[in-house]
Amino acid sequence: MPHVNFAAQVVQMLAGALLLISFAMLAERRSRRLLILLVWQGVVLVTSTVLVAASAHLTHLYYSAALTLLLKVCVLPLILFRLMRKLGIERDNEPLVNVPTLMLVGLCLVIFAFGLAQPVSALATTVLRKTLGIAIAVILLSFLMILARRKAFTQVIGFLSLENGLFFAATTTTYGMPMVVELGMALDLLVAVFIFGIFFFHIREQFDSLDLDQLESLKED
Amino acid sequence: MEILLVLGFPLLGAALLAMVGAKRYAAEISVAVSLATLLAAALLVLRIIRHGPMTAWNEEFFIDPFNVFLVALTALVGFTTSVFSRPYMRIEANHGRLTPGRLRLYHSMYQLFMAAMLLALTTNNMGFMWVAMEMATLSTVLLVSLYRTRGSIEAAWKYFILCGVGIALALFGTALLYTAAEDLLGGEGMGALLWTHLNAVKGQLEPRVMGMAFVFLLVGYGTKVGLAPLHNWLPDAHAEGPTPVSAVLSGLLLNVALYAVIRCKILADGALHSNLPGHMLMGFGLLSTVLASFFLWRQRDIKRLFAYSSIEHMGIITFAFGMGGPIANFAALLHMTMHSLTKSAIFFAAGHATQLSGTQRMDKIRGLMAIHPSVGWGLMLGGLAILGMPPFGVFTSEYLILITAMRDHPWATPILLVALAVAFGAIFSRLQPMVFGDTPDHPLPHSPALVPVFIHLGIVLMMGVYIPPALAEWYRLAARLIGG
Repeated sequence: MPHVNFAAQVVQMLAGALLLISFAMLAERRSRRLLILLVWQGVVLVTSTVLVAASAHLTHLYYSAALTLLLKVCVLPLILFRLMRKLGIERDNEPLVNVPTLMLVGLCLVIFAFGLAQPVSALATTVLRKTLGIAIAVILLSFLMILARRKAFTQVIGFLSLENGLFFAATTTTYGMPMVVELGMALDLLVAVFIFGIFFFHIREQFDSLDLDQLESLKED
Repeated sequence: MEILLVLGFPLLGAALLAMVGAKRYAAEISVAVSLATLLAAALLVLRIIRHGPMTAWNEEFFIDPFNVFLVALTALVGFTTSVFSRPYMRIEANHGRLTPGRLRLYHSMYQLFMAAMLLALTTNNMGFMWVAMEMATLSTVLLVSLYRTRGSIEAAWKYFILCGVGIALALFGTALLYTAAEDLLGGEGMGALLWTHLNAVKGQLEPRVMGMAFVFLLVGYGTKVGLAPLHNWLPDAHAEGPTPVSAVLSGLLLNVALYAVIRCKILADGALHSNLPGHMLMGFGLLSTVLASFFLWRQRDIKRLFAYSSIEHMGIITFAFGMGGPIANFAALLHMTMHSLTKSAIFFAAGHATQLSGTQRMDKIRGLMAIHPSVGWGLMLGGLAILGMPPFGVFTSEYLILITAMRDHPWATPILLVALAVAFGAIFSRLQPMVFGDTPDHPLPHSPALVPVFIHLGIVLMMGVYIPPALAEWYRLAARLIGG
C-alpha cells in the first residue's frame, strides 16, 4: 500500500472504534447510555471526516464535517435528551433476551459486510477504501438493532446510527456526496427527528408506554 | 419557467395553508392551488410537445416524455383529490374525528407532499431525487396518523420505520452510483449525480459497482413501491389514514417510487450489458402480484382490500417493465396511468361508502345502491375497472402485458393468470354484497363529491375504447426511452 500515511491509519483505527460502538449499542439496555454511545459515534465520525479532509485537501469535506458536528453531535442529541427527560424514560431498562445470539448474528453480519464490500473497495480511489466493509457492517448492525429492539426510543437510536453508517460509507468510497445533496439530507434527518419526537408523545398518549409490543393490532387475521 | 410554476404553486400553497389554518375556505384554497399546479403542468406538457426534452437550471431539472406524463398525471389526480377531500374532510370534522389544528396540518402537508412528488419527478439529480422521496415520506407520516387512534399511530410508525430504512438503502445505492460515476464525470461538481450525464456514459460505468448500486436502489425505492416482501407498511397506512391520503398514496406515491426505480434500471441496463436488472424486476413483480392476490382473500377492511390490490397492480407493472421492449413498456406506462386513475376513484367511492355506513368493515357495509346510488355505482364500476373488465383501459394494458409475457416468457403467463383470477374472485365476491342488498340509512351531512370518481372512470373507459393518437405516440416515445 503506497499511500497509507499517518492520517489514514488513524482513520482506520477510528473506523474500528465505530464498529465497536455499534456492537456496544446492540447490547446496551439503558436508553441514556445508548444516547451517549450515539454521541460518541458522531464524534468519531466527525474526527475521521476532518482527518480525511486534511489528508486529501478537500474543503467541502470540512463543511460536511462541520455540518455533522452541529447536527449529529449537538442538535439531535440535545433534542433527544430533552425528549427523554420530558417522557421520563432516562432510566428505562429494556429487557434484552439472548445477547450472545445477537452478538453472534452481528459477527456474521460483519463477515458478510466485508464480503459485500470487496468488489467496490477494489475500485474506489480513496485512501480509505479498506474501511468500506466497516461502514457496511455499521449499517447492517443498525438494522439488526432496529429489528431486535421493541422500544420506540431505541429504534430511533438505531435509525440514527444507520444514518451515521451511511454517512461513513459515503465518505470512505467517494469523499462524500456533493454539498447541496448533503444539506438536503441533513434537513430531512432533522425533520425526521422532530417527527419522531411528536410520535413519542402520540404513542405514549395512546398506549401509556413506548413499548412497541403493544403496537401489534394491525395484523392479518 | 414552467417547472418553477409546477413546483412553486404547491410549495407556496403549503406555506399559505399553514398560515391560514382551519378557516372555512382553507379547502377552497387547496383546490385553487391544485388547479394552478394542474394548469402549470399542462403548460409544461405543451412545451415538451412543442420543443422536445429539455433541461433547466444548470441541468438540475430534466423533462422528457417519460416524466412529463407522470407530472401531468400527478397534477391531475392531485387536483381531483383536493376536490374530493373538500366535502370528505368536512364530513369527518362533523363526525368529530378531526380538530381544526389537524385540518390545518392536513391541508398544508397535502400540498407539501405534492411538491415533494413533483420535485422527485422533475429533478435530474439522483441525490435530489432521494431527498425528495424522503420529503414525500416525512410529509405523509403525520397524515397517516391524522386521526390519532391506536391503529393509525401504529400504521404511521410502521410506515415511518420501514420506509425510513428502505430509503436509507436507496441512499447507499445512490452513493455507490456516485462512486461508479466519479471517475468518468469528475467528482467535484454535481455532474456525477446528474441522470442525463450518467445516461450518456452508462456503457462505461463499472458493472460490478453498478450491479450492487442497482440492488440497493431497487430494494430501497422498491419498499416505497410496495414490492413484496417489504410491502407490510402499505395496507396499514392505506387503511388507517384519511381516505384522500390513501388515494394519493396509492395513485401517485407508488408511481413516483416506481419511476425512480425505472430511472435507475435504465442506467443499470446500460452498464451491465445483461438482463439482470430486468429479471430482478420481473421476480419482484411476480412475487408481489401472487402474494397480494392471495392476501386479498383474507381482508375484512374495505381500504385494506384495495391497498392489497394496489400491491398486486404495482407488481404487474414492475413485471412489465422487467420484460422491457417497446410493447411491454408501453403497456406498463398505460397500466400506471389506468391504475392510478382507477384506484384513486375507488378510494373516493370507498371513502364515502365508509362514511355512509360508519365502518370500514366490509361485512357491515351493505346495500350502497339503495342508500346512495351514485356511490354504489362508483364503487361497482371502479371495482370492475380495476379487475380488468373489457371496456375499461385496465383491460387493454393487462392484455398487452399478458400477450408480451406469452411471447417472451411463457412460463410466467399461467402464474399471472392465476393471480388475476384469484384477485378477481376475492374483490368481486366482496364488492357485490356491499353494493347490492339492504341496510339502514345514514344520511351524510354534506353532499359527497362524486364528480372526481366519474371523471377518472370516464377517462379510464375512454382509454379502453380509444387512445388518442397523440397520447399513444407519447407513450411510445416514453417506452422507447426506457428501452430494455
